Amino acid sequence: MTTVQEHAPNPAAGDPGRPIGFGRLQRKEDPRFVRGKGNYLDDIVLPGMLHGAILRAPVAHARLVSIDTTEALAHPKVLAVITGKDLQALNLAWAPTLSADVQAVLVTDKVRFQGQEVAFVVAEDRYAARDALELIDVEYDMLPPVIDARRALDPGAPVIRDDIEGRTDNRIFDWEIGDAAETEAVFAAADVVVAQEVVYPRVHPAPMETCGAVADFDPVDGRLTLYETTQAPHAHRTLYAIVAGIPEHKIRIASPDIGGGFGNKVGIYPGYVLAVVGSIVTGKPVKWVEDRSENLMSTSFARDYIMQGEIAATKDGKILAVRTSVLADHGAFNATAQPTKTPAGFFSIFTGSYDLKAAYCKVTGVYTNKAPGGVAYACSFRVTEAVYLVERMVDILARKLEMDPAELRLKNFIKPEQFPYANKTGWVYDSGNYEPAMRLSMKMAGYEDLRREQLEKRERGELMGIGVSFFTETVGAGPRKHFDIVGLGMADGAELRVHPTGKAVVRISVQSQGQGHETTFAQIVAEELGIPPESIDVVHGDTDQTPFGLGTYGSRSTPVSGGAVALVARKVRDKARFIAAAMLETRPEDLEWEKGRWFVKGDPSAGKTIAEIAFGAHGTVALPEGIDGNLDAEVTYDPPNLTFPFGAYICVVDVDAGTGHVKVRRFIAVDDCGTRINPMIIEGQVHGGLTDGVGMALMEIIAFDEEGNCLSGSFMDYLIPTAMEVPDWETGFTVTPSPHHPIGAKGIGESATVGSPPAIVNAIVDALMPYGVTHMDMPCTPARVWEAMQGRARPPV
Amino acid sequence: MSGPKGWTMQIPAPFDYERASDVANALTLLERHGPESRIIAGGHSLLPMMKLRLARPEWLIDINDLAELEFIRREGDQLRVGALTRHTALLESADVAELFPIIRDAEQVIADPVVRNRGTIGGSLCQADPAEDLSTVCDVLRAQAVIRGPDGERIVAMSDFHRGPYETAVAQNELLYEVRFTIRPRSGSAYEKVERRVGDWAVVAAGAAVGLSADGTVEETAIGLTAVGLDGTVPEAEAVLRGQQPREDLFVEAARIAAAACHPVDDQRGPVDYKRHLADELTRRVLRRACARAAGAKEG
Ligand SMILES: Cc1cc2nc3c(=O)[nH]c(=O)nc-3n(C[C@H](O)[C@H](O)[C@H](O)COP(=O)(O)OP(=O)(O)OC[C@H]3O[C@@H](n4cnc5c(N)ncnc54)[C@H](O)[C@@H]3O)c2cc1C
Repeated sequence: MTTVQEHAPNPAAGDPGRPIGFGRLQRKEDPRFVRGKGNYLDDIVLPGMLHGAILRAPVAHARLVSIDTTEALAHPKVLAVITGKDLQALNLAWAPTLSADVQAVLVTDKVRFQGQEVAFVVAEDRYAARDALELIDVEYDMLPPVIDARRALDPGAPVIRDDIEGRTDNRIFDWEIGDAAETEAVFAAADVVVAQEVVYPRVHPAPMETCGAVADFDPVDGRLTLYETTQAPHAHRTLYAIVAGIPEHKIRIASPDIGGGFGNKVGIYPGYVLAVVGSIVTGKPVKWVEDRSENLMSTSFARDYIMQGEIAATKDGKILAVRTSVLADHGAFNATAQPTKTPAGFFSIFTGSYDLKAAYCKVTGVYTNKAPGGVAYACSFRVTEAVYLVERMVDILARKLEMDPAELRLKNFIKPEQFPYANKTGWVYDSGNYEPAMRLSMKMAGYEDLRREQLEKRERGELMGIGVSFFTETVGAGPRKHFDIVGLGMADGAELRVHPTGKAVVRISVQSQGQGHETTFAQIVAEELGIPPESIDVVHGDTDQTPFGLGTYGSRSTPVSGGAVALVARKVRDKARFIAAAMLETRPEDLEWEKGRWFVKGDPSAGKTIAEIAFGAHGTVALPEGIDGNLDAEVTYDPPNLTFPFGAYICVVDVDAGTGHVKVRRFIAVDDCGTRINPMIIEGQVHGGLTDGVGMALMEIIAFDEEGNCLSGSFMDYLIPTAMEVPDWETGFTVTPSPHHPIGAKGIGESATVGSPPAIVNAIVDALMPYGVTHMDMPCTPARVWEAMQGRARPPV
Repeated sequence: MSGPKGWTMQIPAPFDYERASDVANALTLLERHGPESRIIAGGHSLLPMMKLRLARPEWLIDINDLAELEFIRREGDQLRVGALTRHTALLESADVAELFPIIRDAEQVIADPVVRNRGTIGGSLCQADPAEDLSTVCDVLRAQAVIRGPDGERIVAMSDFHRGPYETAVAQNELLYEVRFTIRPRSGSAYEKVERRVGDWAVVAAGAAVGLSADGTVEETAIGLTAVGLDGTVPEAEAVLRGQQPREDLFVEAARIAAAACHPVDDQRGPVDYKRHLADELTRRVLRRACARAAGAKEG
């Protein structure tokens, strides 16, 4: 790893290696992970715990004729076999999704995707539970499946959702944004228009830890404790209360250490509900943990957007407008996890980083006989698709205009003085300064030299490509007036207590799946109060222990919860001022703050540290009117706007002309996420996201055959990148704080996943220029690259 | 190898297990537990198949304690490799690198270090997956398999060892004991594989070996292909080179013939025409490299 621009040493920190506040700091949670002392869901063992396993449908579309569970029930270790019929009796056969649809918990009428949940076995151990699955006899009546989203709206296509009254086709929604007429007028008058179909294939978050739950229902006091692999414990608790009718105060959702989420663990899966039902039925705790194959085949996929892109420009390269129509494959149930009012997520940010005259898009969502989900996978609610589209289109335009793709971007950026910038689809970009980031990435890459090297190589018949992408993210959902999930506003809470000795605990409503919350949030408190991060515990993931809030996804932890934590710390600091004044027998107005203590203006030696003030608050100091005897506070933060991180990425690839094999030789990533809390964690997030990007660009796809068989149900076929496929990441940064965020931070969790695939694909297409290739869809496997070289590039299936 | 289509379980069906104490004991156990008993070596092919319930042996006979099966020995004009020799041992052997660079080439691209630390040459050959790299390597080196059974030992040429996908000359009550490679002077060999990702099974791979005569003409040669439905080597392609000084146009012709002789299938790794193209491209590459290595090899 190479980092340009080291973070300036933090002057407040005594030991430069251990900042009190922002700065490079090793993650507080890592010692337990590297020593194997993490506590993941599958580590949880409760007395008398039973094990559940799910029987899944072997076909994509079929009427359920009968289920015979006699033999399975006769298995000596089996305690219960639950079918859709049993759930119907409990009114639990269908559950609401996060997108105003319903999803079958267990099949009652027909199977709608391969791998769908058909029956649930509860047994004494997990082997017996799986063995018993083979003893269940199910009869299916096959139906023709709808696999290709392009065929989903054909007249006469089988209607997948005949469970919904009055449904006669597979259309879920049509959604549009922007001014169609204005955009058409700009296109009609433009010198140059280019169009391209751009497909973002179905991929999977594939976290290292699969999904699971341990449900423990106490029949005596009616209390449900549910350990879950969830990114959003509080939202889940509310939903369980609504769906299962268990009073919300009797539900505790606890999310232990999570082995990766990437959006995969936002929704409520049938398996979780089944573990609860299993526990209610047997009166014992029930654990259910997915196999890898179940995770890949049945849980939230991501992307699956077929985008028709158009871009209009003047002949000297001023980009005027972007227009797109999208066919979105949502699978068998509309279960995407996103703000409820935006059915295409934040896709409308497809205007990118450019100052446009007009923009318009239309998205049509359709049902197919594939697993439900969507949006998951570090995508900032479909900013990934949007950025990929616009960054491919800009490159295609550059080729058409015979302009350098970096120059074309530089020419069209929104200017620093235009911020806050209102784009043509309703967003207000908070802040940005794009050109310096682009120039820095070009400098780090040695852009001119790379272009020269490329020319020389081309003369020798060698294929080298240089790909550029520039992205603007939109994260931190969000202001509750605009964003909610099934009616729950997307705000987040924080509670801070400073103990008498000056150690503190901050309780947050978001939950870490590897992002480093226990360190980052401690650093925010440290920065505000001047106590070391080691002295601050961060509690998260347990609804009994933390204030309400919507959870971690869409890069929202720092923009939303980070704001909450900064504000709660400031509230404590303000309160500390009153207590310090009492202790120093002066007026609060006469005190001045320096990191860690209040002191008397003009007399720096007369002061009280936070620890002293905390002891005073809990001690015998006579407190002023209205000040309680503690140093605690709580807030709920409703952000005024989203934040708009951005970045400039450059990728260099070499393509083997004989085999089509792509090697990513270099990758330069310049990110701007506003104020940088812990540069080390930021770099880690960027490294992970870039690796994700290599996976998607080169190898990942959830593929299906015509019958709807999933061809990517194991890591043998769903390939994820290893250290061997990725280069030594070269990261750099600029800092453009968010003007509205309490500490100016913007969020970094998904930037690299959003920004890297277009850079890599742009590089590959650039490498293939001698073959006349202007576009190819991901994944750029050797075979698909070779086909593109033969002039036969085709969309993925 | 590809995973199964659709959903399958990832926990094996019930089975029993015994650990053999020596080769004779392993054979006795195979005999005792009958047709539903299987040898387990590294387990890196058998266990995944059992987890997916594609294989359901009732008994596993574990041979991992049989140190007598783990050796790489140079004896006269032969290199003898015990069936339980791990991929890693082959990869790290100086004799192998010097005498049969094709084995090293292949081992560098077989799976990953974790699999290579356990997986064995015997398991690879007996698994006989059409994408098994060492099958092609052994074909190309015209190796001999030493098989032990209740009736003693027999030696089988590679051309008779492989009986089609997942089938070999080793009967249920036998085990593969050793693989023998003949050392030739002025020889060279090479292997090259295209994979979607490091550690993935081959999209296509090619292997070639050549032995030159004193005047530098090709005396002996073999060409093999992996994962494209080719049984054994390609005699018609080999004939192009035999008796000739190695030359690019001959490589091209031999590769063309090899590519035409194979039978790839369309799958997630690529379409038929691409795989045929790779067979051609990779054959040319390995012939070039094998000949260059032979020219630089010791006089023997
Ligand atoms: C992730 C992964 C990636 C892989 N990638 C590749 C690859 O790229 N290329 C490649 O070639 N291989 C690959 N492999 C397979 C690997 O090389 C295995 O080690 C090899 O296929 C089998 O060797 P084993 O010792 O593990 O055999 P086992 O799994 O133990 O046995 C395989 C079969 O051989 C039989 N057997 C084993 N030893 C004997 C014996 N001495 N006598 C008789 N029968 C015997 C067993 O009964 C069984 O039927 C991969 C495996 C994995 C898990």
